[in-house]
Amino acid sequence: MMESSAILLTFALWAYVAGMAGALVLQRAERLANVIGFGLAALGGVCGVIFSVSSLAAGRAMTIAPVTLWSGPIPAVRLVVEADALSCFFVLIVSLVGLAISVFSLGYARTYYGRKNVGVLAGVFNALLLVTTLVFIAGNLWMFLIAWELMALLAYAMVSFEHEDRETRQAGVLYFIMSHLDAACILLGFLMLTQAAGDFSFASLRGIGAKLSPQQRDAAFMLFVIGFGIKAGAVPLHIWLPVAHPVAPSNISALMSGVLIKTGIYGLARVCFEFLGPPPMWWGATLLTAGTVSAVLGVLYALMEHDLKRLLAYHSIENIGIILMGLGAALMFLHTGHAVLASLALIAGLYHTINHAVFKALLFLGAGAVLHATHTRNMEEMGGLAKRMRWTSLFFLVGAVAISALPPLNGFVSEWLTYQSLLQGFGTTTSLVRLMFPLGGAMLALTGALAAACFVKAFGITFLAQPRSEHARNAHEASLPMLVGQGILTAACIILGLFPTAFLKLLDPLTQQLTGHQLSQQLTVANGLVLSGATAQGGTVSTLGITLMFVCLLPVPLALWAVFARRTRTRIAPTWDCGQRGLTPQMEYTATGFSKPLRMIFKALFRPRREVQREYDFSPYFATTLRFESHMEEVFQSRIYRPVNLWLLRLSRRLRALQAGSLQAYLIYVFITLVALLLFAS
Amino acid sequence: MSVHDTLLNRLKRGCETMAYPKGPAPALPDRHGGALKVEAAKCDAGCSACVTVCPTEAIARPSGKSVALDLGRCIFCAECVKVCPSKAITQTSDHRMAVRRREDLVLGDTGKEQVRLAQALDKKLRRLFGRSLKLRQVSAAGCNACEADTNVLGTIGWDLGRFGIQFVASPRHADGLLITGPVSKNMELALKKTYIALPEPRIVIALGACAIAGGPFIGHQQHHNGASGLVPVDLFIPGCPPHPLTILDGLLRLLDRLGEASERR
Amino acid sequence: MNLDPLNFLGQTLALLLLAPLLSGCIKNWKAKLQNRRGPRPWQVYFDIAKFLRKDMVISEHASWVFSFAPYVVFLTALLAGLMVPMISAPAPLRLFGGVLAVVGLLALGRFFLALGGLDPASTFGGMGSSREMTISAIAEPAMMLAIFTVAITAGSTDLSQIAQSTQSATWKLLNPAHVLAFAALFVVLLAETGRIPVDNPATHLELTMIHEAMLLEYSGRYLAFMEWGASIKQLVLMTLLVNVFFPLGLAGPQASVAALGISLAAYLAKLLALSAVVVVVETTNAKMRLFRVPDLLSTAFVLAALALLSTFLFQ
Repeated sequence: MMESSAILLTFALWAYVAGMAGALVLQRAERLANVIGFGLAALGGVCGVIFSVSSLAAGRAMTIAPVTLWSGPIPAVRLVVEADALSCFFVLIVSLVGLAISVFSLGYARTYYGRKNVGVLAGVFNALLLVTTLVFIAGNLWMFLIAWELMALLAYAMVSFEHEDRETRQAGVLYFIMSHLDAACILLGFLMLTQAAGDFSFASLRGIGAKLSPQQRDAAFMLFVIGFGIKAGAVPLHIWLPVAHPVAPSNISALMSGVLIKTGIYGLARVCFEFLGPPPMWWGATLLTAGTVSAVLGVLYALMEHDLKRLLAYHSIENIGIILMGLGAALMFLHTGHAVLASLALIAGLYHTINHAVFKALLFLGAGAVLHATHTRNMEEMGGLAKRMRWTSLFFLVGAVAISALPPLNGFVSEWLTYQSLLQGFGTTTSLVRLMFPLGGAMLALTGALAAACFVKAFGITFLAQPRSEHARNAHEASLPMLVGQGILTAACIILGLFPTAFLKLLDPLTQQLTGHQLSQQLTVANGLVLSGATAQGGTVSTLGITLMFVCLLPVPLALWAVFARRTRTRIAPTWDCGQRGLTPQMEYTATGFSKPLRMIFKALFRPRREVQREYDFSPYFATTLRFESHMEEVFQSRIYRPVNLWLLRLSRRLRALQAGSLQAYLIYVFITLVALLLFAS
Repeated sequence: MSVHDTLLNRLKRGCETMAYPKGPAPALPDRHGGALKVEAAKCDAGCSACVTVCPTEAIARPSGKSVALDLGRCIFCAECVKVCPSKAITQTSDHRMAVRRREDLVLGDTGKEQVRLAQALDKKLRRLFGRSLKLRQVSAAGCNACEADTNVLGTIGWDLGRFGIQFVASPRHADGLLITGPVSKNMELALKKTYIALPEPRIVIALGACAIAGGPFIGHQQHHNGASGLVPVDLFIPGCPPHPLTILDGLLRLLDRLGEASERR
Repeated sequence: MNLDPLNFLGQTLALLLLAPLLSGCIKNWKAKLQNRRGPRPWQVYFDIAKFLRKDMVISEHASWVFSFAPYVVFLTALLAGLMVPMISAPAPLRLFGGVLAVVGLLALGRFFLALGGLDPASTFGGMGSSREMTISAIAEPAMMLAIFTVAITAGSTDLSQIAQSTQSATWKLLNPAHVLAFAALFVVLLAETGRIPVDNPATHLELTMIHEAMLLEYSGRYLAFMEWGASIKQLVLMTLLVNVFFPLGLAGPQASVAALGISLAAYLAKLLALSAVVVVVETTNAKMRLFRVPDLLSTAFVLAALALLSTFLFQ
């Protein structure tokens, strides 16, 4: 069995390699490059899914023991892979999402025929899937960091795919810089750990935190939080996310939002639960606070967007916040010694990870289909697409309901688990800290409600009502591969939503490895129909039951129809316009208008500035031109990043004095440095 | 006033809605003479004093035929009553004037001295609207007196809501149109669109002299002389403006809520 | 799977039949306080029956979402109602969800209601949707914090469990946390059911509408389902308030017919008392400007936070 899993995984990896090679070699033959590149990526995805599901279902802690892939001349330099339960879970995420996106891309890449290099797109996509999988199965620091850096570089390449645009180039550069910041922090953190372990392998790092002094542990923790936080997109380290994700091709945006930011979560889970040892309370509290702030701010900024992909990017920040809330709560429970509750919180966080990967990728693919049809990302120019793109609108609606945490889909299940862990957390300690749990729950509720508001806006303005532009009027349904790709993720949303108890069994080896408890038995009631909150007489929920009850109660309105309304007719007529000449698309509600009440309510945060200019001939009441401009203050950029940037520039200008250009000065610097090193070494 | 004072005040005042129709109707004011009664048999031969004095040309006496007073065009100024030498036209102090058919408003011939009061809707519509009728008001370029008197029906003395009759904000929620005003050319599109926006089955009520036949604006090139030419009207309520009691009587009669099914002329 | 069919059917019927009557009662009492006779409490039945029998007019711009929404609104309200204890403490669907599922189902209904408002491309509908989602978003933290406070005290999010735990210790009824949480949830009730001072259910001015604005394009049976669903939602929220915070007389599991009778009487009495409070609040207040409503809901949040603090101080 173990051999067959290893074979499957190896096959998947080689499929990616073959896809990459094939697509790059066949660059000139666009169609062939497309089919081979994305087809092999899909194949790799299928193998990856089968591998990870079977490994998790088998319930073993370690599926593939550490395997040295390559040994370099220096004994310390080796590339080791291993697949334990945590790795398998994340490999599931990357494979499932990768599979769906690959199928989607078979159709989506056609938009680039004749314009851009489809072979490069397919090839780098395969490479990205390959290195991301390698990040998750890395068994030592070398493998991890090399794969991490490659991931950042390849993602940068993909973000800058349409580099003809200045906005895209700037986005790529920002992404590049932030990636390197996070790699630096992670490297420093890992170096602290490996210094204490004396070895670079992850096996030797398990529990290494006990060997470090508390200050060292805290410093390492902060470095990891900053490093993985940048990658995940937690506030205030998130500024690259809403800039980079929208400009990438939509299938890449889906991969980035769905999978790449989850590498940050993987890193945090690995480090905090396995390497750093028993956490003090403030670690979990920091993560919980960071998560809450990210969730609320992410969704608030998302509400103000009318660029569909930027809106989705901000929602990624929000959902990362929710995942961090689960992880933070788990760390706090580990500190107070409630391992069962820690498992519950961890399950909640990880379940939300896969849920978010699935529905965010679905939404980005839908946005890609819409972008392909309407040639714009601006929601203010869309509309009426539900009648022109039936299936895409249906899939997008499922994604919207899922991300708004509405029953009976998967977002509701993971948020329910998060609420349960927060609720039960109140009783774990008697200190004031326990107030964080209900307050976190209240903020989670605010986030959920704001997310629902945002997706009413996103779905409503994009798909409903009348088309607001010529492109939207002439929009056509997406091609079959694009629909199948979205369909795969929709099915995943529904399955993850309706059958949580089955999925929880897959998380057992994970929690066993990280917190020492297996909870799926405790969480399942009534033969798997009902999910419970791990306490006797605690709350229970059953999304499958709710769906069945929907079906059972459907006869009520149908009976009313049959009894009262059978002989009625339905007539199609113009929308009621108070007797005017007819409603034009300009009279519809706009995305900016939809979010105005919230913009006003939270104006302390947004600091909106608005400018209206009118030109008129004879009277200001009969304007010939009206120009409306609305800005919001980018708080983090203006208050944190820009001052830091300016300070760095000033510092470097001062340091430039050192570069006098004189050879003598440089020789003196070398001499001083040598003396200092000799003194330090002795 | 604080919450306490407000509540005490309200509770002290008690219910101020009138008992009608379960009790007697309130008296019409002195100036309102009620419906007109035209007994053409009493007319002097060759006399057409009423014809010349009517400001809206509501009275006609073609040669050789009896006098005909069109109550739909009448603005109830009562000049004809004052000027008639033989008291053929009299005021009845009867507030009941609503009719179903336009021709029922033409008074004069034998058997038609007084208005033939409205019959209720047919059985199917009565079952549908009898206990719940929602109306959409269209104010089509009138002087607003009819609207004001309709508005009075919503006040606490009259309380139209107790019959299940209500004015609604959207024509999609409405069962009927209540049209006032002579329907100017500007309002033609609005009226037609409102009518189209109503779901079937629907009824139309023309309220006031303007909506029935154009009122004082009759014959003006910018008006359509009332709503009858644009939409099919089910109930005509004459008056200028009709007294709230007349309007209420007409509505209740339409829904057969008055309990005097036998009293028809 | 302990799903009692009698309990299920009975509660479904009760929800369907009682909801319009409650709306009618509130309208009637409001009228009485305005010194007029007002429509009879059973007028709403006639309205719904009439809408069911009328033809429908659908906008040419509307898509399938417009036709789907009324069913979602109606069924989510009904499902949520089946998870709340009405007459006997174990609600029929208690296993399928507790207070979080109730809130989630009502949110699902609201999601589709708002989409149905945007679909016909009407400006009024868009405005109603925008305002409705804003107000519900601002009301959520207060509601969740109050619910959390109560759930923490009872140790569960299962509503029947919460009701039973409050029942067991009657002094808990006057617990400061309890009272403050009730006050917070009462304000949220006003916001969620669209009552003055948040929204005016009787207004005709589109600029002052929130809930009504989203229904302007609906007619016939779709309108019937929407209105009925809204009144069921109101009944569910009021039942939540009375039976979770004051579960006096609530029959336990396997109760005798007499106990059920007493429970029914107590339930109706509590419901009417709460309706009376709502009527008084509606009569003595004016509708607030939209941008003043967050102030009101922040007050609710503060009350809920105080309730939470009391739990901390007194536990």
